Amino acid sequence: MQVSRHWRLKSERYKLVGETCDSCGVKLFPPRDVCLACEAPAKELYTFTGFGEIYSYTTIYDPPAGFEHNAPYTVALIKLEEGPLVTAQLTDMDDEEVRIGMPVEMVTRKLRSEGEEGMIVYGYKFRPAVPVQELSAA
Amino acid sequence: MSDVSIIGIGKTDVGEHWNTSVRHLSWYAIEAALDDAATTDVDALYVGNMLAGRLSQQDHLGALVADFAGLRGVEAVTVEAADASGGAAMRQAVLAVKSGLVRTAMVVGVEKVTDETGSAVIAELATGLDADYELIHGLTAAGAAALLMRRYMHDYGVQLDDFAAFSVNAHGNGADNPEAMFRNRLAAERFATAPVVAEPVSLFDMAPLADGAAAVIVTDAERAMDMAPKPVQVVASTLATDTIALHDRREVLWLAAAAQSAEKAMSMAGIAPHDVDVFELHDAYTILAALSLEACGFAPRGQGWHLARDGEIGRQGSIPISTFGGLKARGNPLGATGVYQIVEVAQQLRGEAGACQVPGAQIGMAQNLGMAGGTAVTHILRADFSGNLEFSGK
Ligand SMILES: [Zn+2]
Repeated sequence: MQVSRHWRLKSERYKLVGETCDSCGVKLFPPRDVCLACEAPAKELYTFTGFGEIYSYTTIYDPPAGFEHNAPYTVALIKLEEGPLVTAQLTDMDDEEVRIGMPVEMVTRKLRSEGEEGMIVYGYKFRPAVPVQELSAA
Repeated sequence: MSDVSIIGIGKTDVGEHWNTSVRHLSWYAIEAALDDAATTDVDALYVGNMLAGRLSQQDHLGALVADFAGLRGVEAVTVEAADASGGAAMRQAVLAVKSGLVRTAMVVGVEKVTDETGSAVIAELATGLDADYELIHGLTAAGAAALLMRRYMHDYGVQLDDFAAFSVNAHGNGADNPEAMFRNRLAAERFATAPVVAEPVSLFDMAPLADGAAAVIVTDAERAMDMAPKPVQVVASTLATDTIALHDRREVLWLAAAAQSAEKAMSMAGIAPHDVDVFELHDAYTILAALSLEACGFAPRGQGWHLARDGEIGRQGSIPISTFGGLKARGNPLGATGVYQIVEVAQQLRGEAGACQVPGAQIGMAQNLGMAGGTAVTHILRADFSGNLEFSGK
């Protein structure tokens, strides 16, 4: 079942909580306590805005066990606006064509489930970013 | 500190060995290597394997294989570094002999993937990725290669068809290798019709997973001169690491570990890229072949695929690769792959590569990657039979 394995990552998975480096200001996701840029300690928590753009992407037709139900699905490298890349699935794409450079935003979705009775793992996925004017009109 | 030489090599066919278990595959390769070296005198055994614990519920391979290979009692352990396990095991054997604590070491790489099928194998292979930040999002090994390939095509203006020449070369060479899994030639025109696995990676871009085992025996170079007619000297052995996850890399399209291990190996061997006569690289995906050529200094960034397009990777070209079919056509028996590479380079340098022979090969390089380059192991081998013209046995 491995509940604890997923539980301990909840603030990362639900809120994109990473870290920031005191010395050089670089933001880290996933958190690793040591700055990737300057190797200084980086333990101060930082919550990412969840906005970014697509750096690369792939649609997976041969899924691993546990992911068969939603294949084909698209996994992307997202460049967050604060700098780091993150690996995540794209969702809510409707008929939009995925492209490198496309603006996206983080949402929380089901990542995988383990059968009818099993644990459901939630976490971040990314969808096309809703333009600001559409938000204010609504 | 003594130099290290290869005195024995052996391997099984690569493919689907439905009737053969991990222990027997290992034994067949070891038996062949012992025969080749005409010795039974082995002091330590290093087993390269990635997935036996998951796919065959069999860990503790060091002791198991030692027992079933008639080496009961010898020092034996498993070395794991995803699909670089075989290269990493070779590295351990070289370190052991070089240290003087072990006189003769056996390396066997073995993988038995057909005990499971389909999505189970894909999931187990993906355990070589970052479980918490890649695998949980449904990424696969092919998917990681696809992320690299898409961005490479975008940044360097490369088309899908431009990768075809890697697979055409590999299959052309595999057709001449009796132990290869795929012995059919590929027509470049068919490339666009291949089933897509992880867009843009198609079946023609990726190596087939397979069963297989390969073995190498190393000892100190001086002793090797008395033991083998054609000892092959290990003139460099290096291993470097990088982040497993692509998203943690400073430069996604640069295989930093591959570059670091190759540069260090060439400096140890005192050679430059143009001195390499044959290069067995880790073409688990066509994009990895292109990126490896760039990381190892054979092509500028973004231009590794030019070498394939221009025919430079063929047997008559400036840098022959995948000369026995590579992972793409010989097959990719994961933890055994790195040892197959060493065996194949040794065959080339001994002039015993049959129809796969690169004429006059004197210096060969093998580079084994773990997944998308989280681990990179580089070995440089050299034919050095000059002092051995009057070899007359033991
Ligand atoms: Zn820093």
